[in-house]
Amino acid sequence: MAKIIVVTSGKGGVGKTTSSAAIGTGLALAGHKTVIVDFDIGLRNLDLIMGCERRVVYDFVNVINGEANLKQTLIKDKRTDNLFILPASQTRDKDALTREGVEKVLNELAKDFDFIICDSPAGIESGAMMALYFADEAVVVTNPEVSSVRDSDRILGMLSSKSRRAEQGLEGIKEHLLLTRYNPERVEKGEMLSVEDVKEILAIELVGVIPESQAVLNASNSGQPVILDKDSDAGQAYLDTIKRLLGEQVPFRFLNVEKKGFIKRIFGG
Amino acid sequence: MSLLDYFRSSKKNTASTAKERLQIIVAHERKRRNGPDYLPQLERDILEVIRKYVDIPADQIAVSLEQRGDQISVLELNVTFPDDKR
Repeated sequence: MAKIIVVTSGKGGVGKTTSSAAIGTGLALAGHKTVIVDFDIGLRNLDLIMGCERRVVYDFVNVINGEANLKQTLIKDKRTDNLFILPASQTRDKDALTREGVEKVLNELAKDFDFIICDSPAGIESGAMMALYFADEAVVVTNPEVSSVRDSDRILGMLSSKSRRAEQGLEGIKEHLLLTRYNPERVEKGEMLSVEDVKEILAIELVGVIPESQAVLNASNSGQPVILDKDSDAGQAYLDTIKRLLGEQVPFRFLNVEKKGFIKRIFGG
Repeated sequence: MSLLDYFRSSKKNTASTAKERLQIIVAHERKRRNGPDYLPQLERDILEVIRKYVDIPADQIAVSLEQRGDQISVLELNVTFPDDKR
């Protein structure tokens, strides 16, 4: 039975696609057959982050409309085994995703995959609602910043009222908080909300804290999920996140300002 | 750093301001989310009726519906009248 995980946030630009790419890749690395589905119809970007933009032939909407089958459409990741991408369509028709169509495709994917990662568009329009509707679990990507936290709370409200699980009276969606672009220096100076602050306001379980990192832009520049950059702080933080998603207890890292040693202070780095 | 600066820097940092503001707005929005859909419209209608008689700004009225136990819901209406008009 496949597990459907939506990566959502309400607010744009907080790191949904970066996180979807990292989480999907991480689950595949852990040996689970995983597909990442781009729900951002009209603004396809997962393909760029995953570095497979030139291999897109058919897309999600083609499959829904029966113009192509899944086998023709799914893009197999070249770096990671067990990993596939279902690209979004670039159509401007916002109603291209129907609930029946999405359900049909997800059901078909569920036969083959262990995890289905739904990369949600920003906002609370139909695309975002469609991405979260069938979810079993949700990763709510949040920046330690007022508008992002407020929008995340809004999305949490949607998860608990506008999802299939809510409508059918099933057990609710399991919600995880993923705090991204975290800057311990600014938290220490009192310029940024701390992990504890955000946890207290949103009152959901914390699955990961990704530090603000140069590795993220470097990764997206080269079309390589940041989790594959295993030496980077962000890559390691995502690897920890995957372990927690899979039920392991892992201590949180990168929450405090790194004390520079004597040598480092002199020579930099 | 002058003595004055020392006291200034002890004022609240922006992160705690952010947290307080968020706690208030999130609590407010959650209450509304759990309330019935007609509440915002009810609030506007009540405001219009009061405005027929007294000129008050829109933010001077607060309507909330509170569930007390299983049986009773209390509709609370809070209107602040300006001092100069009665």
